[in-house]
Amino acid sequence: MFDLEKEFLSDLNKEVKTGTTVMAVTFKGGVIIAADSRTSSGSYAVNRVTDKLTPVHDQIYCLRSGSAADTQIISSYVSYYTNMFSIEEGSKPTVKKAAHMFREFLYQNKQYLHAAIICAGWDPIEGGSVYSLPLGGSIVKQPFSTGGSGSTYLYGYCDMNFKENMTEEEADKFVTYGITEAIARDGGSGGIVRKAIIDKNGVRRKTVYGNKLKKFWEK
Amino acid sequence: MSGIGTGYDLYPTTFSPDGRIFQVEYAHKAVENSSTAIGLCCKDGVVFGVEKIILSKMLVEGTNRRVFSVGEHIGIATAGLTADGRRIVQNARQEAKNYENFTSDIIPIHVLTERLSIYVQVFTLYNYIRPFGCSLMIGSYDEEKGPSLYCIEPDSVALGFYGCAIGKGKQEAKTEISKLKLSEMTCKDAVKEIAKILIKTVHDETKEKEMELEMSWICKETKGKHKLVPKKLIEEAVEWVKGQENEED
Repeated sequence: MFDLEKEFLSDLNKEVKTGTTVMAVTFKGGVIIAADSRTSSGSYAVNRVTDKLTPVHDQIYCLRSGSAADTQIISSYVSYYTNMFSIEEGSKPTVKKAAHMFREFLYQNKQYLHAAIICAGWDPIEGGSVYSLPLGGSIVKQPFSTGGSGSTYLYGYCDMNFKENMTEEEADKFVTYGITEAIARDGGSGGIVRKAIIDKNGVRRKTVYGNKLKKFWEK
Repeated sequence: MSGIGTGYDLYPTTFSPDGRIFQVEYAHKAVENSSTAIGLCCKDGVVFGVEKIILSKMLVEGTNRRVFSVGEHIGIATAGLTADGRRIVQNARQEAKNYENFTSDIIPIHVLTERLSIYVQVFTLYNYIRPFGCSLMIGSYDEEKGPSLYCIEPDSVALGFYGCAIGKGKQEAKTEISKLKLSEMTCKDAVKEIAKILIKTVHDETKEKEMELEMSWICKETKGKHKLVPKKLIEEAVEWVKGQENEED
């Protein structure tokens, strides 16, 4: 017997997750971060123009994947603490500091959370840095990192195309094509590509709308 | 001595009519009863020296410490009630450890000083816990920022110094310190100068028993880590001071 409620409405009550693709890449002089814009609840796109590039401090951003609620609350905690510490110390926090604060929250509460974060930014000591904080609460510094459900389709692409010390244009192309490809292949990712370039001058946000996304091999 | 603050000096929760909190001032007196400690900021580090009165020949040297490490990079010298000093150092160590666990960075000295200051101040608010009867000098050395020295008194005021003295002989010591050219002095020279001030100026051989010198430093040579000054250097400094006395005679 076809039960309307059971078939459709149960889907809407599923936890809101950011089935996602996010990327953060260091280049010569800074980092560039990029994400898709789909937030899904089961098969319903709750938000098709989400901004997953979350500021933590002036030149430190984080990319959130996993449970939307978990990642939002943790990034606002870390943002609070980095702001408090920078006032106390009289200097801006390093990306390393912010990333380690994320680690404390993710590790100490690992039983309750389903959250993976990429913390990326620029500071005068290390330049551009990318820290990857996967599900269990570990932390690892990497030249680039991908996350979310769509990242599985990008491992080959990244391994083949990443180079150290790219120019800003090369890095911009690298992430844009990456997110575009993941959107094409991953059902949990979609919408537009949002980017942010973080360097010593600050943050520049860019967007690539759906109709401008390059079409790769498609019938 | 007694009778100055009569009526208004029972609890830290009472102000006197002229706006003083006598209990906190009496805490200062406890510091002034103790032997002197000196801290100097030199061009390549910070040096602490403490005059320790040897109360009994049975006491093992090097025990009854007045200088403590907080993390690896910060040193604290105390004057006043030693047990009170140890309590605050315990708190400082906790703060430093928590900061490091949370941020993976070592705690900057001015952050630690501010937090200790806030901690000490809490004890001047209530009538069921007494203020700390000790002053602390907190020192650290950083390649970029250079040497830093702060002093926290029982009233929780924390000030930054180039050179500081606390305890019984602080007035004479401060006079001598002001004559020194600290920005041109190295830590090795400072060891000698501190030994001179403590042995000659501050320590009264006729009135008091023998003294022991406890000295520590955080400098370029120790790579920014707080360490006790090697015994050999202290002995050389004491010899030098004795030599100076003979010259002047």
